[in-house]
Amino acid sequence: MKPEPNDVVLHTVTKLAAVIIFTFSIDLFWAGHHFPGGGFIGGLTTAAGIVLLYLSFDIERIQTNLPIDYKKMAALGVLISVATGMGGMIYGDNFLEQAFGYFDLPVFGETELATAVLFDIGVAFAVIGTAITIITSISEDEL
Amino acid sequence: MSFMHFIILLPFIAALFVPIIYKKWNTSLHTGWFVIIVPLFIFINLLLQIPAISNGETISITMEWIPSLGINFDIYLDGLALMFALIISGVGTLVVLYSIFYMAKDREALHNFYIYLLMFMGAMLGLVSSDNVLVLYTLWELTSVSSFLLIAYWYERKRSRSGALKSMIITVFGGLAMLAGLIMLAMITDTYSIREMVANVDLITGSSLFIPAMLLVLIGAFTKSAQFPFSIWLPDAMEAPTPVSAYLHSATMVKAGIYLVARMTPIFGGDASWFWIVGGIGIITLIYGSVRAVRQTDLKALLAYSTISQLGLIMSLLGVGSAALYFNIGQAQEIYAFAVFAALFHLFNHATFKGALFMVVGIIDHETGTRDIRRLGGLMAIMPVTFTIALIGSLSMAGLPPFNGFLSKEMFFTGMLNASEVSVFGLEGITMIFPIIAWVASIFTFIYCLILLIKPFLGALHRERLPKENVHEAPIGMLVPPAILGSLVVFIFFFPNLLATYILKPALVSVVPTISTDSKLFEIKAWHGFGTELWMTIGVVILGLLLFLSIKKWSIVLRVYPDKLSLNHLYNTSLEAMEKHSESFTNRYMTGNIRHYLLYIFIFITVIMIGSLVGLDALSFNFSNQGEISVYDIGILVAMVAAAMATLLTKNRITAIVSLGAVGYLMVMLFVIFRAPDLALTQMVVETVTTVLFLLCFYHLPKLGKRLEKMKFKVTNLIISISVGLTVTVMTLIATGHKINVPITKFFENAYELAGAKNIVNAILVDFRGFDTMLEIAVLLIAGLGVYTLIKLRPKGSDHDEA
Repeated sequence: MKPEPNDVVLHTVTKLAAVIIFTFSIDLFWAGHHFPGGGFIGGLTTAAGIVLLYLSFDIERIQTNLPIDYKKMAALGVLISVATGMGGMIYGDNFLEQAFGYFDLPVFGETELATAVLFDIGVAFAVIGTAITIITSISEDEL
Repeated sequence: MSFMHFIILLPFIAALFVPIIYKKWNTSLHTGWFVIIVPLFIFINLLLQIPAISNGETISITMEWIPSLGINFDIYLDGLALMFALIISGVGTLVVLYSIFYMAKDREALHNFYIYLLMFMGAMLGLVSSDNVLVLYTLWELTSVSSFLLIAYWYERKRSRSGALKSMIITVFGGLAMLAGLIMLAMITDTYSIREMVANVDLITGSSLFIPAMLLVLIGAFTKSAQFPFSIWLPDAMEAPTPVSAYLHSATMVKAGIYLVARMTPIFGGDASWFWIVGGIGIITLIYGSVRAVRQTDLKALLAYSTISQLGLIMSLLGVGSAALYFNIGQAQEIYAFAVFAALFHLFNHATFKGALFMVVGIIDHETGTRDIRRLGGLMAIMPVTFTIALIGSLSMAGLPPFNGFLSKEMFFTGMLNASEVSVFGLEGITMIFPIIAWVASIFTFIYCLILLIKPFLGALHRERLPKENVHEAPIGMLVPPAILGSLVVFIFFFPNLLATYILKPALVSVVPTISTDSKLFEIKAWHGFGTELWMTIGVVILGLLLFLSIKKWSIVLRVYPDKLSLNHLYNTSLEAMEKHSESFTNRYMTGNIRHYLLYIFIFITVIMIGSLVGLDALSFNFSNQGEISVYDIGILVAMVAAAMATLLTKNRITAIVSLGAVGYLMVMLFVIFRAPDLALTQMVVETVTTVLFLLCFYHLPKLGKRLEKMKFKVTNLIISISVGLTVTVMTLIATGHKINVPITKFFENAYELAGAKNIVNAILVDFRGFDTMLEIAVLLIAGLGVYTLIKLRPKGSDHDEA
């Protein structure tokens, strides 16, 4: 049996970096409406963060701490996007017609809320789910 | 969404809740009790439409779906649509009630069953009420899909799977042909609306695409309605649970083809080829089905062939009736419109008696455990109620009074006799063949009706031959639905004109728009005096009885027909041959070598691009719009070329990956210089993730090394790579120098007003081109699942076959 590799540095850095990456990816996601970012980039950055976790720890450990079925997540993402597209139809608009408006929320003050963000959440989920599904299934494969 | 749309989409909406209901309550209450509310509600609401529709009104409501493509869910409810919708929801209600007792709640996967059933119901309702041909086509295919799922409901049986596949292949083939035909019609008339097509019928009759469009549409109708020679799927579809057979494969789905022919009659009717093809195929199917039905030993197979034959009967009437469109006015028109009238009447009657018969056979199967007439017998004493219903159903099908089948059979004879007098479409003498075949087929129909009635119910009961012990009458819930249909059979015989006034005549107007239904001709009478029709019926009864009694002597003749010449044999061999040939053809270029695939792709790109550049005479450069090239650009470019070369020439995989990554990151820098932060961000993250992927993949590959040194210099590869590079470069240079269309920059500059987003890249992704994004993530998901299934679900070991 191989001795456990000594990767204390990697572990420590990963723990710190993962938090930063996830925070950054969430920021990227929300910024997307007005500044560079959005569902695709946000999702992909999250995926990169998860991949980093996988690389420094092992897959089983991450799976127990982050018990997410990424296949379902990807499917859920597509479902969310399609559903937001349907949402407009209920109000008599066309499929995928997005709406937005400005609301006065208690803590945030004057805030813009857009259905496009919901759609973007779907995109992000689909991207994260697919990327991680592909990477984990290839890495777990034993020839 | 209007109330009418809600009604029609209700089955789909209800299907969403079925799994929840099944999970929560199935242990205590059969899921069917919830499902039955849906068709019942629809049926009652449709009944409320009868007064308006029978007054000649029509309901048309538009719901925009994809208006930019002209695809809208337009509901057009006229007499024909209402009649079909009533049958769909009415028989649907009874079938669901029946299924509650037929499908055991503790053994069957009821949620699947009812979701498929509701899916079918919604698709079928939408099909008959849609005015848009593309929506019609979509729902048409959805009925095929749900039929496939329902036939394969007991998917652990091999016969169920093969039967489902057969029906799918044949009906979807027909559906695609129909799509082509409908698109031709849409091209001619420049509309997707059936009503507007009917209004512009002159355009269609004058078009050179008239015959192709007609043939293609008819292939769709004939495959769906199991007309000869496409009928072979229907007997195999009998592997479905009996409620499904009663519903899809006798009362509703197989009549979609009839519906289409009726709907298209105002467009194609009046043409000689339509008359001959629809009438001819119909009459061939009629005799084919009835003769084949006689030699069946399985009760359901017998009913399947009888359904084929009856559908042929209706089809032939519609074909003959289409001559009404030729005359367009006067007595001649009425005479042929009468055939259409008879077709609609028989269609309605068939739904009643055949539905009842299927349910009876289901009862026999359910209670005794077999449908084989060689084992059954003497059930009359045990199942008196079932026998009564069977008596009503089969005598009605045989065309005897006092049942509705007698009325429509007489009208069928009248229609066929009229057809023999058609002189307008040439070939005078040949039309005599219509009434003759009709009469012969009716004799066979009479015989198989007697077989159906007498073999299981009369004679001696052999309990030891039956798989189930303690055979008894069916539970009340299974008897009520066929009993309702059976009483309708009798009711319609005594009050046929009630049905005619409220349902049939409005439907007739939909098929023959110019007809006036006030004529005396359209009053259904049981007694016309001793006309030719009555003598024909009497002849059928006498000859039929004689032949039935002597069946053992002559039925051998039917069995000598060699199997090698049968349609099923043709289907099987051609399917095998197609699989074999396509496999050998595919294997010729799918070598499993990724280099070959890349070669195909690159050669194709180069040929197409250069070809179109030369063909469109677009080889011209214009650099006036180009910006300055800075020192940074050149520096990054040189570095990129160097990194790319390093990727190619290195002997170490890690170096190759890293230098490929370097190309990507240099690209990021280019994006930054050109002030495209979104692209830069995306490229950077993509680059990071793909590097990880590369590392993972390369982990599984053998080491690079000596093989690289031995790699020969290949001239072909060099030519291809240079030409690809040249093509892309030339293409880019030309593209930047041309502005053919108005730039869409303005549109994006207004992103904040239009989409409330300051980031136009994101506004494009989620709003302006949201449809693209949605489909892209769907593709992404499919690709991800593809990788997952390829890796995880592949059989372990080499010769591991499908379990």
